[in-house]
Amino acid sequence: MSTTAAAASPVTYLNEKTTVASWLLTKDHKRIGLMYMLTVTLAFVVGAVFAGLIRLELATPAGDLLSSDTYNRVFTAHGVAMVFFVLIPVVPAVLGNFVLPLMLGAKDVAFPKLNLLSWYVFILGMTVTFSAIVMGGVDTGWTFYPPFSTEGSDSNVMLAGVGIFITGFSSILTGLNFMVTIHRMRAPGLTWFRLPLFVWALYATSLIQVLGTPVVAITVLMVALERFAHLGFFDPRLGGDPVLFQHLFWFYSHPAVYIMILPPMGAISEVIACFSRKNIFGYSFVAFSSMAIAVFGFLVWAHHIFVAGISPYSAMVFSFLTYAVAVPSAVKTFNWTATLYRGAIWMRAPMIWVFGFLGLFLVGGLTGLFTASLGIDIHIHDTYFVVAHFHYIMVGGAIMGYFAGLHFWWPKMTGRMYNDTAAKTSAVLVFVGFNLTFFPQFILGYLGMPRRYHMYPPEFQVLNVMSTGGAAILAVGYLLPMIYLTYSFFKGEQAGSNPWMATGLEWTTQSPPLPHNFADQPVVTEGAYEYSKREMKVA
Amino acid sequence: MAQQAEASTLGMWIFLVTEVMFFGGLFTAYLIYRIWYPEAWAEGSRELDIQLGAFNTAVLIGSSLTMALAVRAAQTNKQRATVGWLISTMVLGLVFLVVKFFEYKHKYDLGHIPGPNFHFEGVHASQVEIFLSLYFAMTGLHALHMLIGFGIMTAITIMAVRGRFSSEWSTPVELAGLYWHFVDIVWIFLFPLLYLVDRAGHFA
Repeated sequence: MSTTAAAASPVTYLNEKTTVASWLLTKDHKRIGLMYMLTVTLAFVVGAVFAGLIRLELATPAGDLLSSDTYNRVFTAHGVAMVFFVLIPVVPAVLGNFVLPLMLGAKDVAFPKLNLLSWYVFILGMTVTFSAIVMGGVDTGWTFYPPFSTEGSDSNVMLAGVGIFITGFSSILTGLNFMVTIHRMRAPGLTWFRLPLFVWALYATSLIQVLGTPVVAITVLMVALERFAHLGFFDPRLGGDPVLFQHLFWFYSHPAVYIMILPPMGAISEVIACFSRKNIFGYSFVAFSSMAIAVFGFLVWAHHIFVAGISPYSAMVFSFLTYAVAVPSAVKTFNWTATLYRGAIWMRAPMIWVFGFLGLFLVGGLTGLFTASLGIDIHIHDTYFVVAHFHYIMVGGAIMGYFAGLHFWWPKMTGRMYNDTAAKTSAVLVFVGFNLTFFPQFILGYLGMPRRYHMYPPEFQVLNVMSTGGAAILAVGYLLPMIYLTYSFFKGEQAGSNPWMATGLEWTTQSPPLPHNFADQPVVTEGAYEYSKREMKVA
Repeated sequence: MAQQAEASTLGMWIFLVTEVMFFGGLFTAYLIYRIWYPEAWAEGSRELDIQLGAFNTAVLIGSSLTMALAVRAAQTNKQRATVGWLISTMVLGLVFLVVKFFEYKHKYDLGHIPGPNFHFEGVHASQVEIFLSLYFAMTGLHALHMLIGFGIMTAITIMAVRGRFSSEWSTPVELAGLYWHFVDIVWIFLFPLLYLVDRAGHFA
């Protein structure tokens, strides 16, 4: 019957128009979110292939697979692809774009055209940067330290720098768009302290994007001008100071870590409240800890420079401030744990990813304190200890958090469920593979294996083989979601508007949502996590 | 409409904050090196033409005035005045850039362009090269912002000619005004920092 057919396939943002042009010229935040998802996934695959090459090379002590010069280009490509094109955009641009206006009860972000422009700027920056990698690569590491980057290196530093400069504008425009959206587009009754914590996290992230990204943009531009136009900013022969570059670079690039981790933390808060069927413990503490991380995150950058020549007094101050920034992170972790306490914990796939996040982020955060203390940092600086530490934060924290959020909102994005067992298997594989890959690296680093070398003494081989084996498991763990989520997109069973019985405005509209999100303007009358007022309708 | 205007204005202010941070990187480098090399800074600064710099400062402040008058005219439904003040703003901006061009050309003729062919007679030649690198980067970036301003202003002027603005809606003129004032303010900082280092007793 035609009526049931119409009822079975209502108009959604996915099927309203299906031409390629309707996607490429869309101003719909939901479509832009999906376009970011495909783009970021592509970058992730590229970055992962380079990671695989690194691990293959390090399976044996001799530098037999890649020459040292190729190895430099491979780890630079891995870092550049992962940092600038995966970790920074993954949660804000994919999940944030999709759910932020829905959470606010708005039709779209404040500036929809600007949002589409951000995506095109991102594509342009990614094309330029990746072409630098394809045309022979860059060998400076993702940090572009002068004087090597300004005159030592003969690789495509300029092109990669220009690409990253362009990509920065995409990040700035998204941050600006989100800030204005959160200020101006909230539904009636949606006061600041009724906002979901994911929105607070996105707000804090946007603040960093807006304040930090321009600084790295000018810094990269200064390197480009020094390399190309021979202006002298960091040239020691003129009396310039390469360490000044490090200060300017880390002024953005340390807060950038919080761009990577804050939005996943926000997603974790959503998932943990929903699957514990409880209000989040200490809502305002979790909200303000996001803001505190954004602010304190700007005051710790010089802990990257402890051994590069700064005065002992400023080193002590930065060490202390780095300890201070751990406090709001700990506040979040304790509050999540307290939310679990006596919750009716519902073991569905998003929650398994959350547990993975909690374990890995904890290790990553605590080892951050090791590296923040002056004495230990001198021992472990530029060793595999540091590599392991930041992978625990960025991959164990940010990517685990992204997958938690993705599995949570997937039914809303696509209107379909995925195979729960496959998703749980994937979460477990990632957790196991990740620990096997990176925990041995703590030990390697402590024993003194430096980062960025393609060969090492034979006594380090056992730990390195463990790490390479773990990377293989990790790869399977990441491939699985690509398969079962793709299957779910086309063939998964219908999810209904609210499969998790979650609070939040995004769950009050249909799945997938209408082209303009809501049939009627939603009005908010209560806080974000009133799970105690809801009945659990599943066994 | 009012809500959209408020959102756009907030967006513009946030954008200007990013601009402050963007120039902030260069100002930080300037600050560090000025503390390290005060003599070279004084020596480098004396190479800049204080009269042209002062003239340009006056021109740019004048263009901010005409810009403010353009905004006022748009808000009060004076279409011809809006167009007139916008064009005056662009003319003043052009005067600034022409003067700047001759300043750059003079530096070029003297061999004061940083790089392999840099030529400077003085005790602190290499630190003066850092000063001049910052001079070219800061004023060059400022000039680039003015060129972008011309693009914006041209679009706004065309809109004004077509009678798109009224007391109901003049947001684009206001936003262009904010941007132009920002570019002006950057120069207000650049002029003393670059031209007026240790100039007491060394006038001209």
